[in-house]
Amino acid sequence: MKELKLDAVTDNLPQVMSFVDEALEAADCPMKAQMQIDMAVEEIFVNVSSYAYAPGVGPVTVKIGIADDPRRAIIVFEDQGVPYDPLAKADPDVTLSAEERQVGGLGIFMVKKTMDDMSYVYENNSNILTLTKRL
Amino acid sequence: MLNINTSANGSELTVTLEGRLDTTTAPSLETKLTQSLGGVSSLVFDMAALSYISSAGLRVLLSAQKTMNKQGDMVLRNVSDDVKEIFEVTGFTDILTIE
Repeated sequence: MKELKLDAVTDNLPQVMSFVDEALEAADCPMKAQMQIDMAVEEIFVNVSSYAYAPGVGPVTVKIGIADDPRRAIIVFEDQGVPYDPLAKADPDVTLSAEERQVGGLGIFMVKKTMDDMSYVYENNSNILTLTKRL
Repeated sequence: MLNINTSANGSELTVTLEGRLDTTTAPSLETKLTQSLGGVSSLVFDMAALSYISSAGLRVLLSAQKTMNKQGDMVLRNVSDDVKEIFEVTGFTDILTIE
């Protein structure tokens, strides 16, 4: 797997996106899957940047690899911030009207809906979140 | 990277978006809308060249929809299939008017 370690701050998002897009383009990832993976990576990275080390700053490692049978992209995020399982959060109610809608929680929900698998473990003082998307 | 072009015709404002509406670019659209929506009763987004949207972009659209609910209407035109799918999974197809 390719690996990128950098500070979890939103300003580093473009760097993370180029890292992920380069790997996906090298694998001839279809446009639609790439857009959905980009979205998922953005949501997770922004989440880690906003909460993992707040109010301080700390590192996050992003890994990406392509596996076969079935062909899929695997993206892993590791940080040593406060333990946080994004999968434990209740889904937002997406049937409410504009006035009633809350914007919080939508990012993770979008990731759950568009990725084929999402798993979380807390190990060695690290949050480890793994996303899988079929290509 | 996001290019925002606006054109006003009386109380109708058309906003053409080109590129990516994400965490880094959504604030510029939000600022532009805050400055431009006064007196607008019809807001049209042309999304033909919008290739990508994240939840930060959805937030700005939701906020614009709430503003326009009070003063007129808002329509999204030429939405690509990929962007439309994001609207579908988040239930935004029920909130937004997509032509």
